[in-house]
Amino acid sequence: MIRWLAGLIGLGLAATSALAAEPALIGVGYLGVAGTRSTLSLVEQPAENDGIAGARLAIEDNNTTGKFLGQRFALEERRIKEGEDVVQAATALAEKNGFIITDLPADALLKVADALRDRGTLLFNAGAIDERLREADCRANVIHTAPTRAMLADALGQYLVWKKWSRWLLVVGSHDEDKLFADALRRTATRFGAKIVQERNFEDKGGARRTDSGVTLIQRQMPVFTQQAPAYDVLVAADESEVFGAYLPYRTWDPRPVAGSAGLVPRSWDAAQDQWGAIQMQNRFMKLNSRRMTPLDMQAWTAARMIGEATSRTNSGDVKKVTDFIKGPDFSVAAFKGTRLTLRDWNLQLRQPILLVDGRMVVSVSPQEGFLHQVSELDTLGYDRPESKCKLK
Amino acid sequence: MLRMGRVGLLSGLTLAAAPAHAFIAYVSNEKSNTVTVIDTDSWTVTKTIKVGQRPRGIDFTRDGKFVMVAVGDDDTIQVIDAKTQAVVDSLPSGPDPELFAQDAAGKILYVANENDNTVTVIDLEKRARLGDIQVGVEPEGMTISPDGKTLINTSETTNMAHFIDTSSRQIVANVLVDARPRFAEFKHDSSEVWVSSEIGGTVSVIDPRKHEVIGKVTFEIPGLRKEAIQPVGIGMTKDDKTAFVALGPANRIAVVDVATRKVTKYLLVGQRVWHMAFTPDEKYLLTTNGVSNDVSVIDVAAQKVIKTIQVGELPWGITIAP
Repeated sequence: MIRWLAGLIGLGLAATSALAAEPALIGVGYLGVAGTRSTLSLVEQPAENDGIAGARLAIEDNNTTGKFLGQRFALEERRIKEGEDVVQAATALAEKNGFIITDLPADALLKVADALRDRGTLLFNAGAIDERLREADCRANVIHTAPTRAMLADALGQYLVWKKWSRWLLVVGSHDEDKLFADALRRTATRFGAKIVQERNFEDKGGARRTDSGVTLIQRQMPVFTQQAPAYDVLVAADESEVFGAYLPYRTWDPRPVAGSAGLVPRSWDAAQDQWGAIQMQNRFMKLNSRRMTPLDMQAWTAARMIGEATSRTNSGDVKKVTDFIKGPDFSVAAFKGTRLTLRDWNLQLRQPILLVDGRMVVSVSPQEGFLHQVSELDTLGYDRPESKCKLK
Repeated sequence: MLRMGRVGLLSGLTLAAAPAHAFIAYVSNEKSNTVTVIDTDSWTVTKTIKVGQRPRGIDFTRDGKFVMVAVGDDDTIQVIDAKTQAVVDSLPSGPDPELFAQDAAGKILYVANENDNTVTVIDLEKRARLGDIQVGVEPEGMTISPDGKTLINTSETTNMAHFIDTSSRQIVANVLVDARPRFAEFKHDSSEVWVSSEIGGTVSVIDPRKHEVIGKVTFEIPGLRKEAIQPVGIGMTKDDKTAFVALGPANRIAVVDVATRKVTKYLLVGQRVWHMAFTPDEKYLLTTNGVSNDVSVIDVAAQKVIKTIQVGELPWGITIAP
């Protein structure tokens, strides 16, 4: 088997050098779900091309580099509509593309990963922040550029503790992902010595996010909802479903800051991030897409750049070779976050600083000073090696 | 301890004994939109010049009459008259200029334009744009070989040093280096070019004839995490024996033995050290420390920091009158 493989790679190499003039074509697929979710703030409403716009920019960047190396990158997009078979779509995409960037819910991603395992296709999870994809349900053919809920919660928690806002009023939404984020926040509080003084649940009773006289109603509801709380420093909201979080700032009964799903929010990226040379990329993104860059755009950009980084380092478009290099000890990628990003080899999660943003500015970047780690300070964010339940297969 | 004392004393003596030979240093302050002028005799700030937005790359013209400073957010390079210390002109640099290099005659200027992946070629006498050279993503570091035949440009996201023939203005070779290459410096004998990689944390030593990486300088500082070591500026003594490498947020300058490519000493300077310049007599090396808003003065022979001078906000580039 090994000899056969080696022979194949040898042949591949010979073929490449024989056709030196012809650039090696490297296919990258993008698999997402059609339609966009609705947000409370109109400003935060995602664009139709959220995510893939970032991948497109990285493909352009890779092609600029690729012209010096005889490599050409092509991006193929596929969006699944309600009721469509995700495995079928993924398999079709894998025909021409050895690498697929995904923005899929956890269950769909696992189905795709298992279906494509024997093909050797390498998947990049740019969209799902679920812990279980890096823990009990981790897969050896899935690399995660999206951060996890625990990483996001820890990034926020470190800052709140550094700020000495250690008494939290936790408000949790009624959807599953809200509860998962609340779990992550509780874990963070325990790890870093914050105290959740009380928890409140905000029931989603349905209703429209856009109404003509919404403000008047919300202004009455939110103070009432937050009154008679025990003494607290900061209200932490777990509302990934966009039901109430954004209504809280400036409307709490007690004058307190809001963090979590609204107010001060932990994110992998922000349109306001301009440090560490990021302004160049923000400008390139704006020029290409006529809008500002979101966290999902950045997670997809990073995935496509990781592929480009590995193909240039290995001088190869061979999926196996590139995959081995990405998973190997020498891999790192620069992504405008002031430090090199590397993979956690035990679950293939990309280590990354997390920005804390308020919608206009980057307020801080975690890990915070003083949170130390024997391997990488980035591993103070999220589940660390000794706690991991992941067995890569 | 005793030895260090003696060296200190010695350099003190040298300072006192040396005839007053003052040089003038110009420091670009990225956030204040100013250029600070420092007198190297008294080590004091003698003037602060208002310039355009986000001044970074800064260099004297070869005749010593003007200082050119790239003001990235104004998409131009401004020209300061060294006599009047006022902005007198600007150059058609292309968008967002950051670093630039000039040929030996001081006639042609090559500018890295980060926003559109090009190097712009400017005729300095006519103040005219001669053309563009397409390079990798986010061009940054720029240097010209001592014989003037080769221009090196580094591109930060492509991670390459591009070797450009200055007569044909064509790329002749691309050398892959570690992540985010920021600065390139030739040995004076042309035998090697050193390229710093900020995110990679190394300096690649390239053979400019073979276009190959022939060695790497690595850094290790006890008690400091690896990610904090981010090499940027490089300075090499005229005898090609000693190189100084600015390590960014590691707040140190590494002293490197050029022959063995090993670090012999780390000098603690200000916070986030970016770039550096020697006084023409090579007695002193001045470094810009971005976060602490100051300039450190290193006694080159003693390899010691002897002074700190407060400048504007986020000092970035530095040049000293020839």
